[in-house]
Amino acid sequence: MSKHLIIALKFVLHLLCLAPFAYLLHLYGNGTLALNPDPVNYITHFTGNWTLYILLATLAITPLRRLSPRIGFLVRFRRLIGLYAFFYATLHLATYIFLFSGYDIVTAFASVRTGHPGEIVTQWKFIWPSIADDLLKRRFIQVGLFAWLILFALAVTSPAFIMRAMGGKNWQRLHRLIYVAAIAGVIHFWWLVKTGVRTPWKDTVILAILLLARITYAVLKRRHKRVSASPPPVISRV
Amino acid sequence: MPSRKSDRLGSVIPSSEITPKETFDKHRQSRRRFLTGAAAAGAGALAATRIPDLLRSSDEVHAATQLQVVPSKYTVPDAQTPINKATNYNNFYEFGTDKSDPAHHAHTLITRPWTVKIDGLVKKPQTLDIDAIMSYRPVESRVYRHRCVEAWSMVIPWDGYSLSELINFCEPLPSAKYVEFTTLLNRKQMPDLPGGFDWPYTEGLRMDEAMNPLALLTFGCYGQVLPNQNGAPIRVVLPWKYGFKSCKSIVKISFTAKQPHTLWNEMAPNEYGFYSNVNPKVDHPRWSQAHERRIDSSTFPRTIPTQMFNGYGDQVAGLYAGMDLKKFY
Repeated sequence: MSKHLIIALKFVLHLLCLAPFAYLLHLYGNGTLALNPDPVNYITHFTGNWTLYILLATLAITPLRRLSPRIGFLVRFRRLIGLYAFFYATLHLATYIFLFSGYDIVTAFASVRTGHPGEIVTQWKFIWPSIADDLLKRRFIQVGLFAWLILFALAVTSPAFIMRAMGGKNWQRLHRLIYVAAIAGVIHFWWLVKTGVRTPWKDTVILAILLLARITYAVLKRRHKRVSASPPPVISRV
Repeated sequence: MPSRKSDRLGSVIPSSEITPKETFDKHRQSRRRFLTGAAAAGAGALAATRIPDLLRSSDEVHAATQLQVVPSKYTVPDAQTPINKATNYNNFYEFGTDKSDPAHHAHTLITRPWTVKIDGLVKKPQTLDIDAIMSYRPVESRVYRHRCVEAWSMVIPWDGYSLSELINFCEPLPSAKYVEFTTLLNRKQMPDLPGGFDWPYTEGLRMDEAMNPLALLTFGCYGQVLPNQNGAPIRVVLPWKYGFKSCKSIVKISFTAKQPHTLWNEMAPNEYGFYSNVNPKVDHPRWSQAHERRIDSSTFPRTIPTQMFNGYGDQVAGLYAGMDLKKFY
């Protein structure tokens, strides 16, 4: 796999991963979002869904590339895609903080334009009690924030020089938390829908398959190691 | 009060027979019949002489779906929600669980012919035709706040008359302490019916709640007959309670001695109580009820504080005097 091809593919992947965000901006720009009765709800669900889709795509890379050594190069896109999962997760968190909880974003912007940026802080102080309340009492928000914090930790330790500084083994251990983040994300989804609503089941099934693939591989690898580690039979020559 | 012609809702017949429209029509001028799904907008002789013509020339109101309504004293100062938002953001799970599903899928609902069965603890169980119910009393336009348990809200001009009028017609027995409403369950008309729910959708009220003048037996909104996704052709609207209490597409009204079985309360009793009065001090287990996102004509809903009883405390607080509303949520 030539270096140029990898760069070209990465460019394409950037475009693909940014496409949902571009679509959202497009809906805002052409007024379609304004026609939606509750655009905040729509944006929250849109960003949440894409976080999960891209997270599942990240988790699919390793099981996929193990199918054949010829597609081993897929792992070189894992960081790129994983960081986009963090990107959408952050958009989702920002939607919750700035649009959902009553932060008057219009007034805050207006204040910046008129040269009195203090309004930004004032608005924050206004909504902080309700966010703190949500964090203390609502399980689905706690588990959601927990998932985001994991993604944040993985994002900031993703550059190659950090990996070298940490040491490969430690880095590997930390980045295994991606499984925890994905599980927490799906639980967040189940805990926020109304009882009886089953929309999260598709993501749950895909996550289960991907995790099962990992477990199967790990089990098979261990079994294979054990077999090859046992001493060969001794043939005595007479 | 002496019995008037208007107190009769068709002739009284056993519940095994549907009130024949011909019997009813005999006493009224002929009404024009509009296209499928539209209610007959004309009123009988009685109504025609009393109700002023309120047909608006706005192109939002189509001839086939307009209702003749009279203004009422029920209004709120809050800005109204535009009709396209109120009719495209609905919870009517029988047609799918996404907010946009009912608007896309409820066209399969057949609203004529439609009857409502009246049974339980009443003097005479019977079955009433929807058009007879609709022309029984003048239809008023009432602007109500509508608060969903999911913490969003709208302000909608509903068209109907007080539920108490129909209840009086039904003549419930003194032993009837509750009213139960049942929504249509028809798998052919509801191909997207989700599993995991104990259909049909049922809801209920205490008798004094049902008799409160605020409880609206509703046939329309915005001067038009109810769009299918809003619970056509007949629903109730209880503005002081969370929206799920306002049962849609009603096919049966039963009078019971015991508290009726309601779908959401059975589904998740710790989340949805029988009373479900709007109460900012009692949170849903998973989210706060202290605020709501008001959907009006602005692009983004504004977050506003939720009012006790959705602002209708003056009219309904008395119903719950002495009740622990944290216990009876």
